Amino acid sequence: MSSFLQTLIDGVTVGGLYALIALGYTMVYGILKFINFAHSDIFTLGAWMTLTIAGWLGVQAGGGATGPAAWYVGVGVLVLTMVFVGVVGFVIERLAYRPLRQAPKLNVLITAIGVSLFLQNFGQLKFIFGTDPAPTPLLLPGVTLFSVGGVSIQLVDVAVIGTSLVLMLGMEVLIFRTRMGSAMRAVSFSTRNASLMGINVDKVISFTFVIGAMLAAAAGFLYTLKYPGQLKQTADGMWVMLGLKAFVAAVVGGIGNVRGAVLGGLLIGLIEYLSVAYLKSEYRDAYVFAILILVLLFRPEGILGRATVEKV
Amino acid sequence: MRPMLTRRAVTRSALTLLLASATVFSLGACKGKGKGKEDATGPIKIGHYASMTGSEATFGRSTDNGIKLAVEEQNAKGGVKGRKISLITYDNQGKPDETVTAVTRLIDSDKVVALLGEVASSRSLAGGPVAQRKGVPMISPSSTNPDVTAIGDMIFRVCFIDEFQGKAGAKFILEDLKLKRGATLYNRAQAYSSGLNGFFVDAFKAMGGEIVTQQAFSDGDNDFGAQLAAIRDAGVDFIYVPGYYTEVVNIAGQARRLGLTIPLIGGDGWDSAELANAGDALNNCYFTNHYSHEDQRPEVQAFVKKYQSTYGSVPDGLAALGYDAAMLLFDAMERAPSLDGKDLAGAIAATKGFAGVTGSITIDANRNAAKSIVVLEVVNGAPKFRANVNVGP
Repeated sequence: MSSFLQTLIDGVTVGGLYALIALGYTMVYGILKFINFAHSDIFTLGAWMTLTIAGWLGVQAGGGATGPAAWYVGVGVLVLTMVFVGVVGFVIERLAYRPLRQAPKLNVLITAIGVSLFLQNFGQLKFIFGTDPAPTPLLLPGVTLFSVGGVSIQLVDVAVIGTSLVLMLGMEVLIFRTRMGSAMRAVSFSTRNASLMGINVDKVISFTFVIGAMLAAAAGFLYTLKYPGQLKQTADGMWVMLGLKAFVAAVVGGIGNVRGAVLGGLLIGLIEYLSVAYLKSEYRDAYVFAILILVLLFRPEGILGRATVEKV
Repeated sequence: MRPMLTRRAVTRSALTLLLASATVFSLGACKGKGKGKEDATGPIKIGHYASMTGSEATFGRSTDNGIKLAVEEQNAKGGVKGRKISLITYDNQGKPDETVTAVTRLIDSDKVVALLGEVASSRSLAGGPVAQRKGVPMISPSSTNPDVTAIGDMIFRVCFIDEFQGKAGAKFILEDLKLKRGATLYNRAQAYSSGLNGFFVDAFKAMGGEIVTQQAFSDGDNDFGAQLAAIRDAGVDFIYVPGYYTEVVNIAGQARRLGLTIPLIGGDGWDSAELANAGDALNNCYFTNHYSHEDQRPEVQAFVKKYQSTYGSVPDGLAALGYDAAMLLFDAMERAPSLDGKDLAGAIAATKGFAGVTGSITIDANRNAAKSIVVLEVVNGAPKFRANVNVGP
């Protein structure tokens, strides 16, 4: 029983990470109708920038002699990482995708793969992140907040779930309660009509990319909190796998649907963790992709994806 | 008319095929001749393929440092057969597919006379068949999976095999640590990890111990929470983790955070300076290894001193094995009637009682080496000598 609850907590935590990444996939799909395959690398960049920025701020790897950093340093690292990666997201959209606005969707898709490969290998250059795994900074003390019935609730899990929740609620407000959100929904509904109504479509698209990149950066930051130890180099297959699972989450929830991405992320996280705990643990990726196949067979539009639901 | 036409078509395509294969064969023959005529006055080229970057980067770099040291030493002595040795190293980024590319390139375009590599068994199993097919002898410094040398008569190793390592680990746990109930956590995708896991479990059970649960993960997994939670629920005394150091560091951190304080025990895949990244999470943990730099034998101390003055760090087991593999190769080259693949393989196979840093090396009929084994304890991220383990052959 205790391991069941522990698994649930782990599943929700990782589900939150998937949801943050899935939001980026789904928003870009909602507006541009293409799958941004470079998105998982934006997430990787977020994790590595967390490590880099923490280093600049003097946080030592693994805690070092100084122990964990103060809480405001952690928040500072999160904010700086999101800002930096947001700028990178803007630049990528401006340089790689905007020139292809009138081109067939396939060209954009292939460009996205190119951007993905570029980011993976550029990150491996010696003067960027290098080709070795690097130790993660200790931004949070490994404290157990409380234990209930053999389940230890850790500060890290609370921080990860809490941050994901705040960001997802922020997205909800942004999309459904602000002018920019209305504009995003309008562009998603019809780019042409939106521009006829005086919406600056290019600006909306840039904004979407920046927000998506910032959420992925936050996911990268939270990933380094959740998995202290070593961060694998940017071209490691592990990053692509995490990105793919988040993509599955977006599809399962209904691609193009913001609430669907959150729901899909949590579902995929829970299914992955429960299946690893109670079925054969070595097939964890297979379970996730089996879900994808089932959803595509029986409900291709995803759980929340309905024609009437507004897409962003 | 129709059958005639068909027959003619068949004949024609058969002829085309014949012609094509003839071309391929003659090309192959040209290549073979090219290799034979490799100029006999310049330096002798040997190839090394290794994970110089990636998740197991210290494996490749340590081994390469060890080999370079051996090459320098040999060249200072005048080389082999009066010719200098030149070493060509290619990085396979820790990937099996890149391994095949690197090995093919070393043999076909660089025309090396012998190959050294790899550390990870999965990658030796990828590179080995290429070397075997092209008839170039390959010595793996530290691939311990038994299947590696089973590839064929061109493939050798200078380290012990996992059957032996599994037994040694089991014996150490039962007799030295006196722990009886254990769990294992291994990487299903790596031949080394899953092989060693099997050998360990068999040996541990045969010696009277109990393995309560065997958990697995795959390449690229970085979350071991579910497996560790299951292990915690099983209530065991230790976890056997036959993985590589990058995985072990993360497994240890996550296990400690879940409140699992039992020892982790592993094999030579742990051997890396990067264990320091685990901080104190790996205290009270042990692994079986090829050698200890604290060994007082003069060969070991001379090697450690030389390595330290060249690279500024303590050599791990992989550096020592890289050095041994290269030295053994030079010894065989000197004895071989020619540097042709067959002659050289014969000379390597005839190696008896070669005095290496990691112990005396005799190549047996299965092209393996029977070696001694040590157990190291991790103390604040640094491996310290703990025990010698003797198990029957």
